[in-house]
Amino acid sequence: MTGAAVHPGRAASQAQGRAASPMAGCAERPILRERGQREVFCGLTGIVWLHRKIQDAFFLVVGSRTCAHLMQSAAGVMIFAEPRFATAVMEERDLAGLADANEELDAAVSRLVERRPDIRMLFLVGSCPSEVIKLDLSRAAARLSERYAPDVRILNYSGSGIETTFTQGEDNCLAALVPQLPEAETTSPQLLVVGALADVVEDQFARLFSAMGIETVRFLPPRKARDLPPVGPSTRYLLAQPFLGETARCLEERGAGRIAAPFPLGAEGTTLWLKAAADAFGVDPMRFRSATAAAEARAKRALEPYRAELSGRSVFFFPDSQLEIPLARMLSRELGMALTEVGTPYLHRQHAAEELALLPEDVFLSEGQDVDRQLERARAERPDITVCGLGLANPLEAEGLTTKWSIELLFTPIQGYEQAGDLAGLFARPLDRKTRLKV
Amino acid sequence: MQLTVWTYEGPPHVGAMRVATAMEGVHYVLHAPQGDTYADLLFTMIERRDRRPPVTYTTFEARDLGKDTAALFQTTLREAYERFRPEAVLVGASCTAELIQDDPAGLAKAAGLPVPVIPLELPSYQRKENWGAAETFYQIVRTLAAGRDAAADGNPSSSEGATRHPPLPAGISPARGEIGGFDAAANPSPQALTQSPRLQGCSLEDGGTAGARSISPLVGEMPGRAEGGDAGIDSSAEPEKTAADVHGEAAHFAPREVRRPTCNILGPTALGFRHRDDLVEIRKLLGAIGIDVAVVAPLGASPADIARLGEADFNVVLYPEIAGVAAKWLKRSFGQEFTTVVPIGFGATQDFVAEVRRLAGLPEADERQGEKGEGASTEAGSNLPWFSRSVDSTYLTGKRVFVFGDATHALAAARVATEEFGFTLCGLGTYAREFARDIRAAAREYGVEPLISDDYLDVEQAIVAAQPELVLGTQMERHVAKRLGIACAVISAPVHVQDYPARHSPQMGFEGANVLWDTWVHPLVMGLEEHLLGMFRDDFEFNDGAKPSHLGAGARVAAEPETSAAPASAAAPFPAAAADGETIALGWLTDAEAELRKIPFFVRGKARRNTEKFALERGLSEITVETLYDAKAHYSR
Ligand code: SF4
Ligand code: SF4
Repeated sequence: MTGAAVHPGRAASQAQGRAASPMAGCAERPILRERGQREVFCGLTGIVWLHRKIQDAFFLVVGSRTCAHLMQSAAGVMIFAEPRFATAVMEERDLAGLADANEELDAAVSRLVERRPDIRMLFLVGSCPSEVIKLDLSRAAARLSERYAPDVRILNYSGSGIETTFTQGEDNCLAALVPQLPEAETTSPQLLVVGALADVVEDQFARLFSAMGIETVRFLPPRKARDLPPVGPSTRYLLAQPFLGETARCLEERGAGRIAAPFPLGAEGTTLWLKAAADAFGVDPMRFRSATAAAEARAKRALEPYRAELSGRSVFFFPDSQLEIPLARMLSRELGMALTEVGTPYLHRQHAAEELALLPEDVFLSEGQDVDRQLERARAERPDITVCGLGLANPLEAEGLTTKWSIELLFTPIQGYEQAGDLAGLFARPLDRKTRLKV
Repeated sequence: MQLTVWTYEGPPHVGAMRVATAMEGVHYVLHAPQGDTYADLLFTMIERRDRRPPVTYTTFEARDLGKDTAALFQTTLREAYERFRPEAVLVGASCTAELIQDDPAGLAKAAGLPVPVIPLELPSYQRKENWGAAETFYQIVRTLAAGRDAAADGNPSSSEGATRHPPLPAGISPARGEIGGFDAAANPSPQALTQSPRLQGCSLEDGGTAGARSISPLVGEMPGRAEGGDAGIDSSAEPEKTAADVHGEAAHFAPREVRRPTCNILGPTALGFRHRDDLVEIRKLLGAIGIDVAVVAPLGASPADIARLGEADFNVVLYPEIAGVAAKWLKRSFGQEFTTVVPIGFGATQDFVAEVRRLAGLPEADERQGEKGEGASTEAGSNLPWFSRSVDSTYLTGKRVFVFGDATHALAAARVATEEFGFTLCGLGTYAREFARDIRAAAREYGVEPLISDDYLDVEQAIVAAQPELVLGTQMERHVAKRLGIACAVISAPVHVQDYPARHSPQMGFEGANVLWDTWVHPLVMGLEEHLLGMFRDDFEFNDGAKPSHLGAGARVAAEPETSAAPASAAAPFPAAAADGETIALGWLTDAEAELRKIPFFVRGKARRNTEKFALERGLSEITVETLYDAKAHYSR
């Protein structure tokens, strides 16, 4: 039993993985690649926040009882205001013949559209079972779109566990939106911020961009499905999330150009992110300073007390959302934490290049997962705080390791200046608790 | 395709996980994609378990499909065995792996592990969580308990098999094609060698498998309640029967003075609704009667414990949904009788005690047991009977109660609600279709419509129509009730983190009856408070939109369900115009509307509907205060 290639049969396909195009400078950084048991959600989970973000969209998972159960368990709480997602659970008779499954799907959609006349966009979300039986959801979407046009637009993407890991579901969803975006009519450059952000964060960023004089800023995904941002060769896009490889590729097909930047986590990260956009739009440095200085100073002040608490503490990341690398950068540079292992499900070297350049030399990076081996490393390392998923957190706490649930980092606004302190607080609280509790 | 948002039960492999996680020394290797690992959090978060469930997932990906998913399964199985060194291994597939048909059973056999391997075939597209738990427990029992018996008989082939070759699990034919892989048997680990003799009996024979392969253990009946009903277990257990007869006789004639009777407790699993607390209560109860507990399973049982299930005199089945099939098999194989009364509630606990005494061959108890304060001999008596008879509780009498849950808990709640609280049952249902027959029969007895559905929207509709004052249901019904402003207590899975309270909180036994009393009464408006609400309806704070005072401030979410068929809503004080030609639009006059608002919220919906029905039948187009009271008089006759 040696090395990283735990499942030898899989090693060959490694090269075609997402970690493509080596970038000068960071490609040399050594990384442990593992292929073993993953302990990560599948892409369906993204629906939990996406259905809140796009307010007139509905997500219909075409899957199994397992998928439905995942959705209700991953949400952690049942959101009993009728959520804008559901699962069409395939049953034995659907598997008997594909024609049958298509009819059943049409019937499910028509029931749904009847019950929810407020819906303007419907995503058919593929799952492992629908993909294994090769139920063609893109054809189904085209067929149903014809029937329900122009009231409801019907799109599809894969959120299956055999194709996507956790946040890649959002990537696929946004990628499915890109061909729907109207053509940008102007030749003057416009900024497109890509990746779901909490509305409050989005508003803050819009104000900052406006203060520096970038007036045409749009966000993808939009809050209303009817309000799709235009895209074209004059579009410069700025990724707000690190897991949007496929969406970026689709945007480039539409002629848009990427603004390379670190991600807007922490005071420094947010400044660098905004600055990248400012430079791309030729914003005068003085104007940039005056637009951002106050907020940046506020963020730094907010971080100060946490720095005292967290500085020198070690942190270990289990792979989860692909946010691990930007988070590690923020924790090490802005809070002085010591990085041990930083695991990520996938490393998009191109999109992460600016982040990787900011990481300390001695960080141990891993990509993919073999959860039992990784647990052994975490136990040996005994970090002060371990960032991991819900399945691992309590068992590690029981072993005396302090943990931080990674999913909270997706369900809480953490981007931008005003949230920098909150983000630090998420890491400080478990340690704070440890010092308080006498039981 | 069923359109669903929330499900009452997970897929069947989650049921298997509940059994595996409950046990010691068992590991479950599940062929499944990465997202399916979410199931771990059910145990670590909802139940706050301090260990990961003993489950290893293959987490295959799209690019593995059609190439080497089978090899991946074998690698995963071998590595999991080497890492965790279980005494028995369960193998199976989740919904996706079921479609790719890699045959985990055959692959596991080919891997030649030196411990029993129990293949699980859980049809994901037909069955659900409880079925999966029952089937898993049954397969474990019939593999490991039967094996033990064969070993005890000195079956030479099986003990030899354990040393020469790894024992094969029942259900894997040695004739099945070998699938290339490593030969663990050729190089067994020292630990494996020391462990295998304990379990060496695992039958090498294939006997009985064919018949049991495709059984649907729970279909159409509630094992342990319905008579007969072998539910597909055919008579392939012949040889075991002989052993059982011998055993059964021995137990029967054993002199009581020498040996206290023994029983097994079957059914409690991980992630069960109060299973751990119920177990504590039932152990206590049995101990007080003078009965020893041999094995509890699956919770806390090791494969070795399962192997000695047949030694006890009889079985106590706490949760027929999970243990019913296994109990029937044990009855056929070892002649062990099993209990049919589920001891939830005061009366049922008494019945349970009587049944247990009978099965244990103990004399009938001469007096009513278990009630506190009435010279009861049992220490852990119940306050329920006296509390229910105390004058204060008169206000409970006749309150309308809607019951929904798994079959065991729903049936028990119906009995307790009617016989022990004096409530009126206005609805009874279950999501467990396997038990539809039992629920229908009970509903007939109580004179209500049975509701068999796993669609929470149907249940919500039924609740709205039944106009209950208290809902006894699952977490789903709790949410529905909250939205409708109806009091609610949770009596059944599906569970959430708050169903694992820090304090001891059983549902079963005499203490369980106390817990039921407290939990069901708590959400209700108390007697005098209810009257005061009626008298001072116009008090701005003390109005009927307020919650019961002991439940804190805050308005009810919706005092009145919006399902009234009347087009005129409370917000429209004047007669509304006819909505369409078909229905007569009933107009509530302002003062009638105001009068209606003075009726306590929990009967207001019903008053509205009755009044409208009354008016419609008489062809009245507007409703006055007079109509309201005419209708009241009419319906109270
Ligand atoms: S409120 Fe929702 S999330 Fe919380 S316990 Fe109840 S069901 Fe679970
Ligand atoms: S991993 Fe696949 S089968 Fe499992 S929940 Fe996700 S999409 Fe459904």
